[in-house]
Amino acid sequence: MTALLDVKNLRTHFHTTSGVYRAVDGVDLTVHAGRTLCVVGESGSGKSVTALSVMGLIDAPGQVQPGSEIVFDGRDLLRLPERQLRSIRGRDITMIFQEPMTSLDPVYTVGYQIAEAVRAHNDVDRKGATERAIELMRLVGIPSPERRIHDYPHQMSGGMRQRVMIAAALSCDPKLLIADEPTTALDVTIQAQILELMKDLRDRLGTAILMITHDLGVVAEMADDVAVMYAGKVVETGSVTDVFNRPQHPYTEALLQSVPVLGMSKEHPLRVIQGMVPSPLNWPTGCRFAPRCTEAFDRCREELPPLFTVDDQRSACWLCETGARGSAGVEEIYR
Amino acid sequence: MTAVDQSAPQPRAAEEGAAPLVSVRGVHTHFPVRGGVLRRTVGQVRAVDGVDLDIMRGETLGLVGESGCGKSTLGRTILRLIPPTSGQITFDGTDITGLRPERMKAMRRHMQLIFQDPVGSLNPRMTVRNIIGEALLAHGLHSRQERHDQVRDIMRSVGLDPDAGGRYPHEFSGGQRQRIGIARALVLRPGFIVADEPVSALDVSIQSQVLNLLVDLKRRFALTYLFVAHDLAVVDYVSDRVAVMYLGKVVEIADSVSIRERPLHPYTVALLSAIPQPRPGGARQRIVLAGDVPSPLAPPSGCRFRTRCPIARPVCAELEPPLESKAPGQSVACHFSGELEVAA
Repeated sequence: MTALLDVKNLRTHFHTTSGVYRAVDGVDLTVHAGRTLCVVGESGSGKSVTALSVMGLIDAPGQVQPGSEIVFDGRDLLRLPERQLRSIRGRDITMIFQEPMTSLDPVYTVGYQIAEAVRAHNDVDRKGATERAIELMRLVGIPSPERRIHDYPHQMSGGMRQRVMIAAALSCDPKLLIADEPTTALDVTIQAQILELMKDLRDRLGTAILMITHDLGVVAEMADDVAVMYAGKVVETGSVTDVFNRPQHPYTEALLQSVPVLGMSKEHPLRVIQGMVPSPLNWPTGCRFAPRCTEAFDRCREELPPLFTVDDQRSACWLCETGARGSAGVEEIYR
Repeated sequence: MTAVDQSAPQPRAAEEGAAPLVSVRGVHTHFPVRGGVLRRTVGQVRAVDGVDLDIMRGETLGLVGESGCGKSTLGRTILRLIPPTSGQITFDGTDITGLRPERMKAMRRHMQLIFQDPVGSLNPRMTVRNIIGEALLAHGLHSRQERHDQVRDIMRSVGLDPDAGGRYPHEFSGGQRQRIGIARALVLRPGFIVADEPVSALDVSIQSQVLNLLVDLKRRFALTYLFVAHDLAVVDYVSDRVAVMYLGKVVEIADSVSIRERPLHPYTVALLSAIPQPRPGGARQRIVLAGDVPSPLAPPSGCRFRTRCPIARPVCAELEPPLESKAPGQSVACHFSGELEVAA
């Protein structure tokens, strides 16, 4: 497996009048060529800011801190001049967002917007770009694309708009597609359509995907690998089967146990994670999950645990320092 | 009116012969669509289009469906926050459809709503104490001191610090704000609560806190819930029975186990199969429905689901299937119910 994207010690901070928001505070991630990495976490965990940092879309007051590395295909994106970065962004790395209505321009037809993406990175004339747009719309399953290219975004449903976004994102055969909660705004039957489409495209085109989501069901369905984020840090990574079946970090375990699943016994209350996510203005010292962790001991409150390697997983918990921690995975929870 | 006698907790509901607490018969809720320079009515959004439903005393009835299916409108119509276009709603034996305002107001003490958005539904300029106590004031209940005590009481019941009553909504986290919304609904000690997507705006770890609280409060205050949500896993977890809505109609209603294990309507089957399960590798056969939900302005003829149904036949376009009992406690509106199956 070759690493297509290697993020090392990424720190993205926002300088505001009320202080420094350390939204992303030392994140390590690897996306392998042709594989899907899902980054999962609650709101405020820093997962979207991580994705935006990789895309180079952080504006003032946000700043990627010195010492961070985002290595894509052997080159550190943070050290590239803007011109070279522009040729990578939008061509080799593309991104789709949660709400396709706000990412599409309401005054241009969807066909024009896809063709624009095609022309930005390929040497084609307008006619060629329009043909490619029709082809892409067919690829993402939009019926009668010859007619639909003349539609404006408001004439399409949410699911169709997300298909348009995916078509535009695929216009230059990207090596990496970043998807930030692509199905969160959609109904479950439409979500199923989009997830099937993304899986199908991944298998056919071999595009690597970095997907941001809060939905553990979506993770289980889409991911090869998973990174669990909490309070600006990755607390656990590994293959999706390892992480779900034997979570090593107490946060991952608690998260898996707090989601209701179809057919779950009603006799037992859902697992509750006490308290709330701390503020990025003022992360707790030591392990950031310690104030909410049922297994925390003194050391957790004093020293920040690094990611320990446990078999093929990595977990940032002091309990994993000497090897695997006994834990209950999804198999135990659901049966 | 003895609907909400707290001292007598009701046994688990839906027993044969027991009178339902809420009974909905042939309810339609249409909204006019105006267009043109004269703002004439050019169409009707048929948000709720002929629903029959019974909610038994002490049960939790889950109401599930995709956006635009009319589930929230139905919830609000039952509380008469939206007047029904036609049909009849009976609450605890009283027909409330045409009730005069002053009698309706008295009735409202016994039926309350919990909103989805804990930010938008709380007045930012009122203290939490006043937000929760406002209902008591509006109904002219208790003296000032008693109101104060009641508010503290209910805050404690929902897991809020009673001493935080003087603070404003923005000082609370999302989960706590939802607790404020729940306290406001419960302070009148109603017997019936419509919870409209109470957890869908919350993070996973907060969602489980609120779900556990709702289940716990139901037991402690002998409540009856209509639990409206789009997430079938959440609905399944809290509900005794589940009604599935599609385009303004109930297409299937049954106890939650039957809905989950033996769904008979093809839409229920597809909806279940569309939920991503948090178990990697456990790939199930999935029925991916083609297309989108049609517009409630002009629903399809016959069965409304036929345009997306994998087993639709010509008769489905002509004849609207009635909601009929197909198994004990399970009613389905489909000509070919039970024919679409998914391999486990």
